[in-house]
Amino acid sequence: MQRFTHMYESLDASTSTNDKVHALVAYFSSAPQPDAAWAAWILTGGRIKRAISHTDLRLALHEATNLPAWLIDESYEAVGDLSETISLLLPDDAAGEPIGLAEAMETIIAPMRTMSSERKREVLRTAWKRLPSEQRFVFHKLISGSFRVGVSRTLAVRALAQVAKIDQAEMAHRVMGTWEPTPAAYAQLFAPQHADQRGAKPYPFYLASPLEHAIESLGDVSVWQAEWKWDGIRAQVIRRYGRTTIWSRGEDMLSDRFTDLTNVLDALPDGCVLDGEILAWEPGNDRPLPFGDLQLRIGKTSQPKHNELLFVDTPVRFVAYDILELAGVDMRSRSLQTRRDELARIISNLNAAATIVLSPVIAFESWQQLSTLRESSRARGVEGIMLKRLDSQYGTGRQRGDWWKWKIDPFTIDAVLIAAQPGSGRRASVYTDYTFAVWTGDKPGTGELVTIAKAYSGLTDAEIDRVDAFIRSNTTSRHGPVRGVRPTMVFELAFEGLQDSSRHKSGVALRFPRINRIRDDKTADQADTVASVRVLMRLQADRS
Amino acid sequence: MAELLVNTEKGLYCPLGDFYIDPWRPGAGDKAIITHAHSDHARYGADEYLCATSGVDVVLARLGKVRASGAAFGDEFSVGDVRVSLHPAGHVLGSAMVRIEHKGEVWVVSGDYKTERDCTGELMQPIRCHTFITESTFGLPIYRWQPRHVIGQQINAWWASNASEGVTSIVYAYALGKAQSVLSLLDASIGPVFVHGAVEKFLPIYAAAGVKLPACERADKMNVKAAMGRGIVIAPPGADNSAWARKFGQRSEAFASGWMRVRGPRRRRGVDRGFVLSDHADWPGLLETIKATGASRVGVTHGYTSVLARWLTEQGLETWTLATRFEGESGSDGNDQSGEGQLNTEPSSSHAADGGEDD
Repeated sequence: MQRFTHMYESLDASTSTNDKVHALVAYFSSAPQPDAAWAAWILTGGRIKRAISHTDLRLALHEATNLPAWLIDESYEAVGDLSETISLLLPDDAAGEPIGLAEAMETIIAPMRTMSSERKREVLRTAWKRLPSEQRFVFHKLISGSFRVGVSRTLAVRALAQVAKIDQAEMAHRVMGTWEPTPAAYAQLFAPQHADQRGAKPYPFYLASPLEHAIESLGDVSVWQAEWKWDGIRAQVIRRYGRTTIWSRGEDMLSDRFTDLTNVLDALPDGCVLDGEILAWEPGNDRPLPFGDLQLRIGKTSQPKHNELLFVDTPVRFVAYDILELAGVDMRSRSLQTRRDELARIISNLNAAATIVLSPVIAFESWQQLSTLRESSRARGVEGIMLKRLDSQYGTGRQRGDWWKWKIDPFTIDAVLIAAQPGSGRRASVYTDYTFAVWTGDKPGTGELVTIAKAYSGLTDAEIDRVDAFIRSNTTSRHGPVRGVRPTMVFELAFEGLQDSSRHKSGVALRFPRINRIRDDKTADQADTVASVRVLMRLQADRS
Repeated sequence: MAELLVNTEKGLYCPLGDFYIDPWRPGAGDKAIITHAHSDHARYGADEYLCATSGVDVVLARLGKVRASGAAFGDEFSVGDVRVSLHPAGHVLGSAMVRIEHKGEVWVVSGDYKTERDCTGELMQPIRCHTFITESTFGLPIYRWQPRHVIGQQINAWWASNASEGVTSIVYAYALGKAQSVLSLLDASIGPVFVHGAVEKFLPIYAAAGVKLPACERADKMNVKAAMGRGIVIAPPGADNSAWARKFGQRSEAFASGWMRVRGPRRRRGVDRGFVLSDHADWPGLLETIKATGASRVGVTHGYTSVLARWLTEQGLETWTLATRFEGESGSDGNDQSGEGQLNTEPSSSHAADGGEDD
């Protein structure tokens, strides 16, 4: 744990990408293999399930320190993070054999999951005796399933590739999918490049960059292919060794969630990988259903009956836009033009027009014309337009320049800040979680203010400090950590969509709400009304 | 039992002696006893100020032209109907606890204090009393300090490592007290030492009181080059992110404060390192001190008042909390701090007064 904690602290303290990679490389070059295997697994996105509840953690702390529960609560309020609170409250009395990461994961955390609450606390108190205080924080994060570190998967992959002295894309491929954090699997990551170690692993997804400059800057229209930007689940379909697997971009295996798709995709030729989007599709209508409908299909597989109903109510289709492997050959370095031709052939051979379709190419002759077409995005139920160079390879990660996403502007409303509570972690003791409201009356400033959204992100640190100061000097009520705030400050919120909601008093919920800016130029009685927000909802619904 | 002190609009007041202790709104005709010169304790406006002898020049440096006199630690004198004496509080140079006695009844006001000896050599001594009014800045059990020399080793190791990579080290520390504490811990063999003007202001006063600090120069346009890459610069928190700080080229920045014990404030501060160095008592220090006074009544002020009061109540003491104008949670005031008394106003904007002497 010492080495791992040291690496964690370096990653946590630094904002420089180079320093982070440096810390990772130093770790992977020196850590014992069993520990390094776990570290690689965790940093490339392996999820550790919680082994002990917060209640038991608190109880064990109480048993170890005799501090009353209220004082533990007060300490937690000030710190904002339970793992850290516990490390700060425990006495510095560690002695005995140090604990390695693998040992912690395999002999303490894994067996703990099935233990009785009492036994868990006993094991934990024994572990504390062996853990110096600076290692306890990370240990608590692991044991409570809340380990996060300020390093992206891409960065971890870069460091691993550097240590293994292989290509970054190859390493990205190797750490994809499921693998066990064992020394053997870890050694595989470092094996020399094999001809075929692919199994059911997806390729790294190539991501488009948001288009932030004028569309005309892309130059000659004839070298670009335009498609609609679908609002579904980005997925890779892999047909290898007589099996079909579907992977999401978050690398969840989705095969069993979408057996209606895999049944059809089983007809793909072996050694074939497609990239595309899973969409819920309105029966008898040629447009996708909102993302919310698709969400019903994920995470409900534990109720097969329900799922079968959903198969009927919410049929899905796979809209294919790329082919990454054909007849076992990696196609990614071919041009988009070539890949698209092969893709079209494969899809038409499948003969499954209702389920597997080719993402249509948008015909256009000028940027002006495409710009006009983009205006119809909302009506088509898409998020905008994708632009890909016809000669582009299928890259890894987000290499800029070849693929662009040209999204439609988000919806915006002006809402009033009415309540706030402190954030957690870095933002504990600063008010960063805001609740916003709009008016119930038929005109702004009439009726009462009702909640419509909570939003956290979008402000700079300086703005956060300013809003924090405003909240502190304009508090009207307190309920636990939540402060009611005098409704005078107006914010422009951006969001991607709306749906009915029983959670907010306004009866409407915003999808992906974030703060665009502080509207110092507006007073509360100029903010939006529930009615004006519902107009946007109709706009979203009237898609044809 | 006589109430030797009462909380008034202007602050703590002793009716029998007709004086205030650390009044936040003193006026004409008022007498003030000052525990120490941080601006949440020493405010301008009273006719007469009294503080510990070693604190007089510090108070004058803070308040400008006021009538201030000093009393030696331990000397008892009469003010009105009460007997008063000042005793070392160990917080900053000349910081004092105020002892008040009337007909055998003893009250002590702690001001800010810490239990460990620092460069001033003025070690806090708990004073036996019936009623003790204590600060509670770090009144939570999460706050526990390592010995100062250990923090000193951490600072020196960080500085040496920066210097070996050609990076300038900047430590942000409150100009009065903390900055001098940091200076006293430095190993000057590592490289040249510089201070911001706001810190420099107090150095002659510390020197005159016999405090030995390493030789240092004021960091200004003339010697930026000498500091760059190997020197260490001690500056007030307000200089953070300023054009002044950027002059030192590639630099590593640290903040020295008890608040750095917790990761959130450490990260919010946006510095590379946080050194847990405080001029306040930690939780065990508060509890030890309160116990050593033998007081059966404890007033809790300045900080985590309700937490500490509840803890003491559960230990069988009679407690109450005293509001001050400088509560972080009130949000309405306290923007002119110069100690580490507050978490919420402390990170950025609050130290303009100290950091504003940009050259």
